[in-house]
Amino acid sequence: MSIPLSLTVNGKAVSATVDERTLLVELLRNHLNLTGTHIGCDTAQCGACTVQVDGRAVKACNVLAAQMDGAAVVTIEGLAAADGTLHPMQAAFKECHGLQCGFCTTGMVMSAIDLVARHPNADEQTIREELEGNLCRCTGYHNIVRAVATGAAAMAKQGG
Amino acid sequence: MGANDQGVIGQPVRRKEDHRFLIGAGQYTDDVNVHGQTYACFLRSPHAHAVIKSIDTAKAKAAPGVVAIFTGADLTGVNGLPCGWLITGTDGKPMNEPPHPVLAQGKVRHVGDQLAIVIAETAVQAKDAAELIDVDYEVLPAVVNCVDALKPGAPQIHEQAPGNKCYTWALGDKAAVDAAFAKAAHVSKLDIVNNRLIPNAIEPRAALASYSRSDDSYTLYVASQNPHVERLLMTAFVLGLPESKVRVIAPDVGGGFGSKIYLYAEETAMVWASKQVNRPIKWAAERSESFLTDAHGRDHVSHVELAMDKDGRFLALRVDTVANMGAYLSTFSTCIPTILYATLLAGQYTTPAIHCEVTASFTNTAPVDAYRGAGRPEATFVVERIVHQAAVDMKMAQDEIRRRNFIHDFPYATPVALTYDTGDYDATLDGAMKTADVAGFAARKAESAKRGMLRGLGYASYIEACGLAPSNIAGALGARAGLFEAGQVRVNPTGSVTVFTGSHSHGQGHETTFAQVVAGRLGIDIENVEVVHGDTGRIPFGMGTYGSRSLSVGGTAIVKALDKVIAKGKKIAAHLLEAAEGDIEFKDGKFTVAGTDRSKAFAEISLAAYVPHNYPLDKLEPGLDETAFYDPTNFTYPAGTHICEVEIDPETGVVKVASFTACDDFGNIINPMIVDGQVHGGVTQGIGQALLENCVYDPESGQLLTGSYMDYAMPRADDVPSFKVETRVTPCTHNPLGAKGCGEAGAIGAPAAMMNAVHDALAEVGVTRIDMPASPHRVWQAIQSARA
Amino acid sequence: MYTFEFKKVDSVAAAAELLAKTGGRPLAGGQSLIAAMKMRLSQPGTLVDLSGIAELKGIRKEGDAIVIGAMTRHAEVATSREVKSAIPALAALAEGIGDRQVRNMGTLGGALANNDPAACYPAAVLGLGATVHTNKRKIAADEFFKGMYETALAEGELITAVSFPIPKKAAYMKFVQPASRFALVGVFVAQTAGGVRVAVTGAAGSGVFRCKPLEDALGKSFKADAARAVRIDAAGLSNDLHGSPEYRAHLVAVMAARAVAAAG
Repeated sequence: MSIPLSLTVNGKAVSATVDERTLLVELLRNHLNLTGTHIGCDTAQCGACTVQVDGRAVKACNVLAAQMDGAAVVTIEGLAAADGTLHPMQAAFKECHGLQCGFCTTGMVMSAIDLVARHPNADEQTIREELEGNLCRCTGYHNIVRAVATGAAAMAKQGG
Repeated sequence: MGANDQGVIGQPVRRKEDHRFLIGAGQYTDDVNVHGQTYACFLRSPHAHAVIKSIDTAKAKAAPGVVAIFTGADLTGVNGLPCGWLITGTDGKPMNEPPHPVLAQGKVRHVGDQLAIVIAETAVQAKDAAELIDVDYEVLPAVVNCVDALKPGAPQIHEQAPGNKCYTWALGDKAAVDAAFAKAAHVSKLDIVNNRLIPNAIEPRAALASYSRSDDSYTLYVASQNPHVERLLMTAFVLGLPESKVRVIAPDVGGGFGSKIYLYAEETAMVWASKQVNRPIKWAAERSESFLTDAHGRDHVSHVELAMDKDGRFLALRVDTVANMGAYLSTFSTCIPTILYATLLAGQYTTPAIHCEVTASFTNTAPVDAYRGAGRPEATFVVERIVHQAAVDMKMAQDEIRRRNFIHDFPYATPVALTYDTGDYDATLDGAMKTADVAGFAARKAESAKRGMLRGLGYASYIEACGLAPSNIAGALGARAGLFEAGQVRVNPTGSVTVFTGSHSHGQGHETTFAQVVAGRLGIDIENVEVVHGDTGRIPFGMGTYGSRSLSVGGTAIVKALDKVIAKGKKIAAHLLEAAEGDIEFKDGKFTVAGTDRSKAFAEISLAAYVPHNYPLDKLEPGLDETAFYDPTNFTYPAGTHICEVEIDPETGVVKVASFTACDDFGNIINPMIVDGQVHGGVTQGIGQALLENCVYDPESGQLLTGSYMDYAMPRADDVPSFKVETRVTPCTHNPLGAKGCGEAGAIGAPAAMMNAVHDALAEVGVTRIDMPASPHRVWQAIQSARA
Repeated sequence: MYTFEFKKVDSVAAAAELLAKTGGRPLAGGQSLIAAMKMRLSQPGTLVDLSGIAELKGIRKEGDAIVIGAMTRHAEVATSREVKSAIPALAALAEGIGDRQVRNMGTLGGALANNDPAACYPAAVLGLGATVHTNKRKIAADEFFKGMYETALAEGELITAVSFPIPKKAAYMKFVQPASRFALVGVFVAQTAGGVRVAVTGAAGSGVFRCKPLEDALGKSFKADAARAVRIDAAGLSNDLHGSPEYRAHLVAVMAARAVAAAG
């Protein structure tokens, strides 16, 4: 059995026919070769698979691709400018050493951008609470928190 | 640092590897796909202990998409997984070393033990088919606690290990310890549990195995910390293949923390099966499988006693420990609670006599092996908890009792087999106390009390032995492998450099730190240095990344290779400049005739080496590509003091980390940004162990009760504060970088600092013992019991 | 995941008809259901996606109540101006469910139909004495929750909206289970037109319940100390790795007291 889908991914129209059981993360990784979205758990808790769906951070391992018909999905691959310039949040993670092994990083950056959209001037406590849905085993979060604050300031300067 | 080191050394250079990770272009094993690949699913035991009466795969083999199914019976000619370290017991006999089958043979011994590999066209089909395999089990009683396993009447797990004992091993002078206790003015005692942890690298284990008929060779992509060791163990010990026929690639790896050091059954079965089915086979663990089958960490039960004179000087330390090996011996399991544990029990102190006896037992649980720190956190926890208790018992200040017993004269030979080369323990204690504002603690405690809160301060002055290790010493202690590292520096014709290192990077930032070392030594731009790691097909050899050894051992191998490059470069320069070799100096990226302005740039020399038109071909080979193997002469000894301040809500039992300060001595530092990051991560894992994380098996059924993030509490961003991290430097005396290692220190110091702070806070309500993790429930219960 | 059929519908009537015909399950935000299907713990033959049904969305004030459509996401409730001004406790509760990503997908109706014994929303529904609207009837909160993962919903019956009466005062306090961050104990207290209501989630395997001793005590004196003084019977409360029945009983009173203090 399979189901036809049309959606946009990183601004591009995508049509696919997938098995009903296909998760969004599987559509991205296996069908579209967008392997920057990672799978770190099977209980929708680690957040490594976080992408944006219609502007909101969502765990791509916990939604069906079928639910995404008509949606606009943005993944980590869709953040940098066409000329390769990093999104301010990506740049902030590099500047602040907000990543080590890189595996949680893509989901962390996607969450961070959602966070800043809602809390442009988030303080440390707010940032920490808002990152509840993203596990990192390497950084101890210290530099991630700094990166989010730095990225938020850069986004504000750039006008979002 | 040498005269040739440039400004890039010691700088917080932003990481070269970050860009690919940040744009989602990192390539982890599960991101790799090859044409015609199939997918594996492993059938796992739902029981902790059972006899396999029969396995019927007929229905499963007929399921849609199934390519093949293999069980233990099919693996003819395949040996069990080896253990890399032989421990000889106090009875003079080798440890009991029962077989560790790749797929279960006759019995399953822990929940998750693998019985069969199902290979199908899709991952879902493999999983569907695995459910159709019919296994007839005779369920046996199980034992999960390491102390219970040694009791008479406990379920027997292996024929080859009577009484479930792997070994009893001891270190130190028992008679001297007994004599010191006999004359002690005071003895402090504690019972200590070091809780079992599940590593939880965020990337689950994964593998992709392919076979090539053209040259009868295999390629294995695997999430591994040490691909050469993986290959050595798999080929030489298990599959009986020549190393040359297996290429192991560990691409980007999403964290390891020890759990990806080991040779696991899954990838071994996949390599073997890839030839049987003549198709590539891919597998990525689901997180639930990771919980059940990644090697776990810690799990010690100890009794410790410290003898002191009337002034609080340590006279002797006595430690008895039972360590859980799990159901099988994982690759380095046996050396963790012995060689990497008992040898560290001197801590930072002059304790003249120490004796430690360790019994390792088998249980119906996942194998236990090295997890960030590996033996050294357990040792530090024992030492620093008893020192805290001793200060309480002796009514001494926590810093005072430590200072009174600190080692000041180096080198210092401990009574437990190590010789510390250098250190300044007062400096790190002073630094931590100042930064933690210990002076202001009393006022903060009073303020907390006004709000009904309990506040506590805890110290941990830890030591670790890193830079594993002199191979001859390790060999004498039972290691079945060498522990050197290899580095190759290939100078390309135009002067760019490719470095091949056996130290795998999975978060540590080697691609940057090693590039800094090379750029600094050669005086070239860091952008012209590329670091390659994680591929047995490209790198001469390697022992991999563990034990905080990458810079001190792997980095030194690179430095040795650089020395050869520079030496050869001088010869070439001497020829080109028509000067004597002895007159050539290398500085700032230039080979100069001493005392003149005649020089050749590094790139001119490299070009000459590869375009040898004007070259001393009669004396010198062309090319500029040098390899070095470095075997250290001693361990390195990072040390420091961590101070933690907690606030506890007695009404709910919630422990909040009010502040955490780490003042560490890692020797010379190449990239302080990366070093700080390593400490942050380690400290958070330590806080996780102390407050949140706990692997719990049901004592009756042997089922894993903490088998997902729903029940295994991982530290999240709001569980920890921002950290205060600083360093002091006493350079390591026996490697050219003066580096000691920083990867594990946080996880080593933090649990003891945390729990000392918790005990300090709870002392005022009469609580004397609380085990890790100090969860709200446990803290509340301890307070209730103390009040009752 | 086992195989299933996926159907998206655009009206409640179509959904009901399809559910009746197939015996399938409605899919709301899917944050619990898809996770359960992935673990092969749930095996619906047909999934009926409700996300395209406009009539199930939205938040509006109706007289003395806030009415929230079943497919309204937690994040929308948390940030709704109507909810924040009329029942700030409800907005705060929604803001504390799961994590950000879960709140962006999860829905009120889905959470209630699932009735996880440690979920937050049931405490608000019961604590406020809300009314659950379905495609067939209106169900009072006191009649809706029937035990662990059990509700009064019949086969094929769909929640369409929930009507929350605006209380005089209310607050919710959650003590999180350290791993899952679900409620180890969550207590919703409300001063309503019908008196003080106290609903407790997380504490019992059978799910949310009203706590009469606390309601009596707070009915007499809506003060934190009054709640703190109540001894909660531990009998029947859950016992697991994260808390004994006694601990949970203790936390019920403590969280109630803190909720009263927060309610002002």
